Amino acid sequence: MTTSVDAPAREESVEGTAEQQAEFERLIDADLRIEPRDWMPEAYRKTLIRQISQHAHSEIIGMQPEGNWITRAPSLKRKAILMAKVQDEAGHGLYLYSAAQTLGIDRETMFEQLITGAAKYSSIFNYTTPTWADMGSIGWLVDGAAICNQVPLCRASYGPYGRAMTRICKEESFHQRQGFEILLELMRGTAAQRRMAQESVDRWYAPALMMFGPPDEDSPNSQRSMAWKIKRFSNDDLRQRFVDMLVPQAQVLGITLPDPDIKWNEERGHYDFGSLNWDEFYEVLAGRGQANTVRVARRKKAHEDGAWVREAARAYADREAAARETERMAS
Amino acid sequence: MTSPGDSGGRETWPLWEVFIRSSRGLSHVHAGSLHAPDETMAVRNARDLYTRRAEGVSIWVVRASDITSSDPDAKGEFFESPQGKEYRHATYYTESESVPHL
Repeated sequence: MTTSVDAPAREESVEGTAEQQAEFERLIDADLRIEPRDWMPEAYRKTLIRQISQHAHSEIIGMQPEGNWITRAPSLKRKAILMAKVQDEAGHGLYLYSAAQTLGIDRETMFEQLITGAAKYSSIFNYTTPTWADMGSIGWLVDGAAICNQVPLCRASYGPYGRAMTRICKEESFHQRQGFEILLELMRGTAAQRRMAQESVDRWYAPALMMFGPPDEDSPNSQRSMAWKIKRFSNDDLRQRFVDMLVPQAQVLGITLPDPDIKWNEERGHYDFGSLNWDEFYEVLAGRGQANTVRVARRKKAHEDGAWVREAARAYADREAAARETERMAS
Repeated sequence: MTSPGDSGGRETWPLWEVFIRSSRGLSHVHAGSLHAPDETMAVRNARDLYTRRAEGVSIWVVRASDITSSDPDAKGEFFESPQGKEYRHATYYTESESVPHL
């Protein structure tokens, strides 16, 4: 999204032949897809590995703020929905890790990059979820922003990434709707419930808008990603699109978006909105958000606690395979 | 020859490619890949990962390392044979265009 993550990795170009480079350019220009074993510029490969793994990490870390509420969901129905959603996020992480692996990075390496902080995940998941209304805000605002970002990625020039995104987008729309309905139900409730919903939206609105990344002038690598057709729209364009969708939705909810500068601009045909506090964004990105440390620590612990299961399953599989082999040789 | 999707990395579990038949009458189609210790677990994991919304009635898994594919660097020559053989398509035969039921 910015600085360290956006810095291109070593520019060691595995120089293709002129013919290979021309073929790559031709596929990109013709809006065709690049597939795993095609020749591709090293910088393209590295940009994709960074973006896809960061996206996968976001899905996996993103299970935590909601997992926090599974045992306390207000009804059995809400609990079942929340579990389904968190399970989807695990699935999305796995689709994306698989896509990243086709670029020549293994999963253990990606895991290590997450734990050591070499790879980032979306800063939004470093915010805490103190109330039930936050499950609503995450669905409506965070998943809403994610969908805005992800729909164009279904057409990303790298085939496995686009295919993973298509699958993800199909599943993601339920996430946004269930969040909206949590807020709607609270807004139809008591004064205390309405206040809880409003306070939650007050906390999540700006961080959700920052999910699209820094303003275009501060996002140097966006241009290149757009030229490669990995990214189809700029950060600011997507942010504008998102605000334009939110305003009428907020009216349905009866919730006030915490930005006094939101105003319809007839001339532009868009809503104007106030500037965001990017210092906060960079602080969270640098590891000083509400929950950075605990998110990564919990992921690490879960991985380590599961080590014996992975090893036992592997040992069992090996033993079964050996037994089958012995049987085959005896017969 | 490396298999598609296999990074050749230091994985605890091997990589499997997953194919799903979405309904009767259709072929199994590649859905994605996953890690699993053996074929039984691979099928179960595939069910949990790729059919959470009833997307399938049948699943195939195959070890990624067992797939043999054509050489990506030689695809030009390898797929050359049909080039210039438009007569293999019905659209090549234009004289009969207006004749009914043909």
